[in-house]
Amino acid sequence: MAEASKIPVTVLTGYLGAGKTTLLNRILSENHGKKYAVIVNEFGEIGIDNDLIIGADEEVFEMNNGCVCCTVRGDLVRILDGLMKRKGKFDAIIVETTGLADPAPVAQTFFVDEDVQKNARLDAVVTVADAKWLSDRLKDAPEAKNQIAFADVIVLNKTDLVSKPELAEVEARIRAINPYAKLHRTERCKVKLSDVLERGAFDLDRILDIEPDFLEAGDDHDHDHDHHHHDHDHGQGHGHGLKHYHDEDMQSLSLRTDRPLDPNRFMPWLQNLVAVEGQKILRSKGILAFSGDDDRYVFQGVHMMLEGDHQRKWKDGEPRESRLVFIGRELPEQIIRDGFESCIVSL
Amino acid sequence: MSAFEPGPEQASIASVTDRVRPVALGAPVTSVHFLVDRAAFVGAEESVAFVDAQGDIAKVAVHSGGVLCAVCDGERLVMGGDDGKLVALDAKGKVTPLALDPKRRWIDNVALHPDGAYAWSVGKTAFVRSAKGEEKSFEVPSTVGGLAFAPKGFRLAVAHYNGVTLWFPNMAANAEFLEWAGSHLGVVFSPDNKFLVTTMHEPALHGWRLADSRHMRMTGYPGRVRSMSWSAGGKFLATSGADTVIMWPFASKDGPMGKEPAMLAPLPARVSVVACHPKQDILAAGYSDGTILMVRLEDGAEILVRRRGPVPVAALAWNAKGTLLAFADEEGDAGMLEL
Repeated sequence: MAEASKIPVTVLTGYLGAGKTTLLNRILSENHGKKYAVIVNEFGEIGIDNDLIIGADEEVFEMNNGCVCCTVRGDLVRILDGLMKRKGKFDAIIVETTGLADPAPVAQTFFVDEDVQKNARLDAVVTVADAKWLSDRLKDAPEAKNQIAFADVIVLNKTDLVSKPELAEVEARIRAINPYAKLHRTERCKVKLSDVLERGAFDLDRILDIEPDFLEAGDDHDHDHDHHHHDHDHGQGHGHGLKHYHDEDMQSLSLRTDRPLDPNRFMPWLQNLVAVEGQKILRSKGILAFSGDDDRYVFQGVHMMLEGDHQRKWKDGEPRESRLVFIGRELPEQIIRDGFESCIVSL
Repeated sequence: MSAFEPGPEQASIASVTDRVRPVALGAPVTSVHFLVDRAAFVGAEESVAFVDAQGDIAKVAVHSGGVLCAVCDGERLVMGGDDGKLVALDAKGKVTPLALDPKRRWIDNVALHPDGAYAWSVGKTAFVRSAKGEEKSFEVPSTVGGLAFAPKGFRLAVAHYNGVTLWFPNMAANAEFLEWAGSHLGVVFSPDNKFLVTTMHEPALHGWRLADSRHMRMTGYPGRVRSMSWSAGGKFLATSGADTVIMWPFASKDGPMGKEPAMLAPLPARVSVVACHPKQDILAAGYSDGTILMVRLEDGAEILVRRRGPVPVAALAWNAKGTLLAFADEEGDAGMLEL
């Protein structure tokens, strides 16, 4: 089945009390002419009448394939299979996870399950964060950190409850973990639905947004760079460094080169890297320029799972540079940098 | 393999396609069963379509939503739905409500006992109602993947993550647990009550010899096994999931342990459904490319029942006498073959 005809699935995550249910209620009650099937963990919190609200149990199990971090959501496999019997009765699916959930098994379900892949596609991981309490949760709750690291879209909610410096502080903490997610500041989760739905964040054809979000033009964020010390590295040509914010163990690492990569060295290196360090790497993405190849190669991954494909021809005048991003915990930066360097074709 | 592409007309294969009575159901079908001599095609949503040997269609509304599970013993077809209802349909077309989940949670699985008892599951809980109407429930550690009654006694196999629980609803004794890591989705007893086999989330079956809980690993499938059928007398378990029908031998006391399965009817498509003839050593196999073949177990001789088309075969069933074969693809293009 073509990608476009698959049902998009949005994963809605966020720590307890951040406002997931508020966002969900907004999505369901807004007049958008679309019908959503919603997979929730607690019945009754949603005040909207919808016969396609299904209770889930967040049952995570390991695949018997020798890969320890290869966990999937068994209940999701079952529910999606059942929902497909009502194809045509809804346009998209939203999966709400509990506040303590790790988004990885949900995402991995879409990488490993053949039947799920046939009918549905993961659209984006949307994380709702509480502007007042997130900084504290990032210190004491590894789940909250995972949810920020994993996100494609972050809805920074309850911004009315914090001062400007507090808001800058929490944004800096988020950016120290995940500079790539789209960040929206909201009160009571007032966000345009097009900013959270139909994002295509896992669509290989749309892996364009691997620039840090806050470097983009038209950014209206009021960044206060004075109080934190990491270097945003606006220069082109050399990669972004690990962004340390105090004792943050979750980081992003970006690599870049304008020299071509040797596919015969790069692919085994990448596969080995995720096999060895996959438990630490939450998300990875890349756009690659291989020597002797006129096509852009794109890949993305979740822990040890990778998918990649030739995307399109490099355009005339488009700089043929390779860019990679890893988001993870205690990433061995120097080993990754050295390994990447060794895949560059020497001149 | 990819270069091999048989044409729609194969001179070498016998065909009965001209004897099939086509039935246009016009709605997605998930399974078919025989209630006496009418075929009952279970729709993906809401209704069951009865079709007689003449091809006349009569639709009966059974659920107000998706139909998630269906089993049939020839006299009653029992179905669970995403409306939280468990209903029974008889050969006359009468619908009887059997159970309603108070929270309208999905009824995921159902099983029938020959004495009239039935079982169903909602989430982690399996329920049994005996022939006398007495209801009992049992909770397993994770969501129920499949249910099956043993052919003898009053024992229910409940498949879930990391194994199968054997529950004796009428005994005070503790349930028995057969452990095997992974997610177990479907479960069947062998007709002689000696073996238990599950379909797993990964492309494999797992089995236990019940006398000593010895494990039987049945692997090598390229895709998940969704359909299993015992051959007449229980000598073989025929399965879908590969580009041939995989037949595991169960005639000896060791079952398939240490033996290779037989592989019948290879095609450049995945087997999606299997249905063994109730009396003779033949089976019907439906494929992901729409083809349906009848296959003789002894020598693998094939007869073409339906030519390939764009839609996978979703449903196959024989009537109890083995004189009628009913089939449907996922979109409801169906047919009946009288032998």
